[in-house]
Amino acid sequence: MSERSMPLSWRKETKPHKFCPGCGHGLVLKALGMAVDSLDIAEKVVFGCDIGCSLLAWDFFDFDTVQTHHGRVVPFIVGAKRVRPNLVGIAYMGDGGAYAIGVQHLVNATMRNDRIMVIIVNNTVYAMTGGQMAPTSLPGQVTETTPKGREPFREGYPLRGPEMIASFAPEGAYIARGTVSRVRPLSHVMERALKNLLDDRGISVVEVLSTCPTNWRTDAEDTWKYLEKEMTDYFPVGELVSS
Amino acid sequence: MNNGKPINEERQVFMYGNEVVVWAALAAGAEFLFGYPITPQNEIMHYWSHLAPRYDRGFLQTEDELSAGFATLGGIMAGACCFSATSGPGTVLFQEPLSMAEMMRIPLVLIVQQRGGPSTATVIYSQQEVFLTAFGGNGEGLRIVYSPGSHQEMYDLTIKAFANAWEYRFPALVLGDGYQAQMREPVTLYDPPRRGIILKPPSPLVGLEGVPGKEREPAHWRNAFSVEEELYDALKPIIDDFHWAAPTLTQKEEGFIEDAELIVVAHGIVGRSAEAAVRELRKEGMPVGFFRPITLRPFPDNDIKKVLHACPRLLVAESAQGQLAKLIRIAVGGELEHSIEMYTYFRPGLGITSEEIMREAKSVINRKREESLSAVLL
Amino acid sequence: MTSGNRRIVIGGEGGQGVQAAADILAQAAFEEGKKALYIPNFGIEQRGGTSLAFVQIGTETVGSPKFEHAHLVVALSSRSLERLQGYMNEDSIILFDSSLLEPPQVSDEVVGRQTFNTIAPETFAERRLTGQRQKFPEMLPKVRAVFGLPASEMAQTKLHPRVANIIILGTVAGFTKMVTLESVEAALEKRLAHKIERDPALKDLNLKALEWGWQSAGRMLEGLVPAGEIP
Repeated sequence: MSERSMPLSWRKETKPHKFCPGCGHGLVLKALGMAVDSLDIAEKVVFGCDIGCSLLAWDFFDFDTVQTHHGRVVPFIVGAKRVRPNLVGIAYMGDGGAYAIGVQHLVNATMRNDRIMVIIVNNTVYAMTGGQMAPTSLPGQVTETTPKGREPFREGYPLRGPEMIASFAPEGAYIARGTVSRVRPLSHVMERALKNLLDDRGISVVEVLSTCPTNWRTDAEDTWKYLEKEMTDYFPVGELVSS
Repeated sequence: MNNGKPINEERQVFMYGNEVVVWAALAAGAEFLFGYPITPQNEIMHYWSHLAPRYDRGFLQTEDELSAGFATLGGIMAGACCFSATSGPGTVLFQEPLSMAEMMRIPLVLIVQQRGGPSTATVIYSQQEVFLTAFGGNGEGLRIVYSPGSHQEMYDLTIKAFANAWEYRFPALVLGDGYQAQMREPVTLYDPPRRGIILKPPSPLVGLEGVPGKEREPAHWRNAFSVEEELYDALKPIIDDFHWAAPTLTQKEEGFIEDAELIVVAHGIVGRSAEAAVRELRKEGMPVGFFRPITLRPFPDNDIKKVLHACPRLLVAESAQGQLAKLIRIAVGGELEHSIEMYTYFRPGLGITSEEIMREAKSVINRKREESLSAVLL
Repeated sequence: MTSGNRRIVIGGEGGQGVQAAADILAQAAFEEGKKALYIPNFGIEQRGGTSLAFVQIGTETVGSPKFEHAHLVVALSSRSLERLQGYMNEDSIILFDSSLLEPPQVSDEVVGRQTFNTIAPETFAERRLTGQRQKFPEMLPKVRAVFGLPASEMAQTKLHPRVANIIILGTVAGFTKMVTLESVEAALEKRLAHKIERDPALKDLNLKALEWGWQSAGRMLEGLVPAGEIP
């Protein structure tokens, strides 16, 4: 596949997109767009976004897209897929939606091995609401609700979501963690995740380490350093469950 | 087997209310139920999961009511006729998917079998989910709420809920209760088209034909807006549509109004007690009538106004602390609000028998007669 | 009383078959083309606890599913009898399982115009269940009549312990005379169809129990209620 600046499945009319400068969402969606292009499945895709920054993807693609509520994109896509098994349902959400308010949906969809793809953008904060502590905020991380840094004794340790669901993932599930610092490998992960669905094997969950300089209050260099060092140290990148 | 239709010839059966709901949903063409256990609606899931495979329908037991609601929305948007059922705290969680359905015009059908509240309270019965079903959620209560008074109405109105949800594209709720869910009585099952009831075939909003962006525009659905004017522009036509549809949606039953000195107003199963009480009182020569709203939302405003113009004295009986009474006050509004004389019989979470209504109605009438008598004597 | 319909409430402990008896009775009335409504009273408990069943049958449209006073109050346990007291008035007839409950002490002062009859004692002379019998509540409202029927003992000694509720069903149907014995038999067979298929002997056993209950009702009534005045 030749490297394009813009995947075919991106909707040109809505570009440039609405994410903040330096935000990782555009890169996640680029990796997804490349994977869909390479499998040529745009016609089958139903793309659902959560609320939070992920909602800004509601008109991002030339896919049929629905923006839902906080944490609820997983059951929404489960419903669509259950009645139309030939669809490729993709639930796109942040770490707050996946691991806090909607964690029961992620856990149960994994348990049932629902044939859907879940993409979780982990940027260690609630971004759209103004930078509060997320389930994924790192120890010591300063957020609006942890002004002196996340104190594990009080606020607990960050949740490693993929590891959690990998602990009980059924046969056929695909669970991986990628990073926006390496978009091409990320798009390969996305492609494998989608293939897992097309082969009707099981659920596919991809967490992507991403950036939020707006809420991290970092410049370009520190943003990248935080992603590459602190985050990647705590959240190891790679495939956790595959076959 | 038959032609795949759950019901061909009409037949009278003796059934539990939850079973009636399932046959109505099957007859109305519901294809999928997403549900979560909560008493007293559980048998809806039980009967459905037993019958669904026979008619090639689907079922999924979800992890909670939020999931049941959003999966139902996903299923409907993907083009299938889906529904769910719940009660009490489950109805509270259902407000979230219901509000999305209101904003995006998704024909979500929800059966509610009321249990006692607040909190977990009883699993038995109440009429305390009137406000929750009619006006719950952040928004404007853009739903259709039916309150059946018998198993026959449970069947008729469940079918109607599907028909009108898809026709008008508003969520439609059938507000039953634990008594209706758990009791057994006769009901006539029928195939809706044979009675001239039109059920629109479902159509998808996503997963459409053709390659999006090439052969057609992609379908992009949202319910979040950047600025308040944008929301207002999106919401106003929905509110207008609801008001436009209201007169055709409203439904009520009334009787013995003409010479009545008192109108008993009640809904659902209590409406049935009220009707029985009024019939008995008439046998005793008491000038009492009854009015039973069948749609609680939209409320039959004009009908009740007409009745209260003829007889402004009413007795509101309900198994809640004045939820129906408040709906009546909203409905009559304006001048009439000052001229009506409202007596109330509120029993939150308790069943109300015909005998109780008879006693209350008699005491109001007798008190009034004594008052007018003493006025004459003075 | 607001209608000519018969109102019956049956109470017992979970597992005594109270709901099945009530349900079959209502089904029989429905099959005869009568108006019928049956509603179980239920609580949070899945098993155990008292279980009440409400039935209304007749020719008039049934109003509310629950009612204040029953024409016939049936008690299969002491605990349920306490709950059932609220449904009694001077028109009520009380039927209790006398092999499970101690017969009430006859005292006009306490229970008003009360009598109680039991079936001829020959088959139950041993009173083997006496030791397990529960106390009949001391206070009863003024009622029309009280009947004791040793249904459990009869079932245990002559038929099968499981059919005590069917005996009661027969008696209740016989008391109310709103349905024919044939209709109740048909409803019973319909209900037990699956079980009878597996064990054909069950059919005879249940029909015997039903008939015995029905006849007992006749015999009890003969001693008390004038012809034409059916409780």
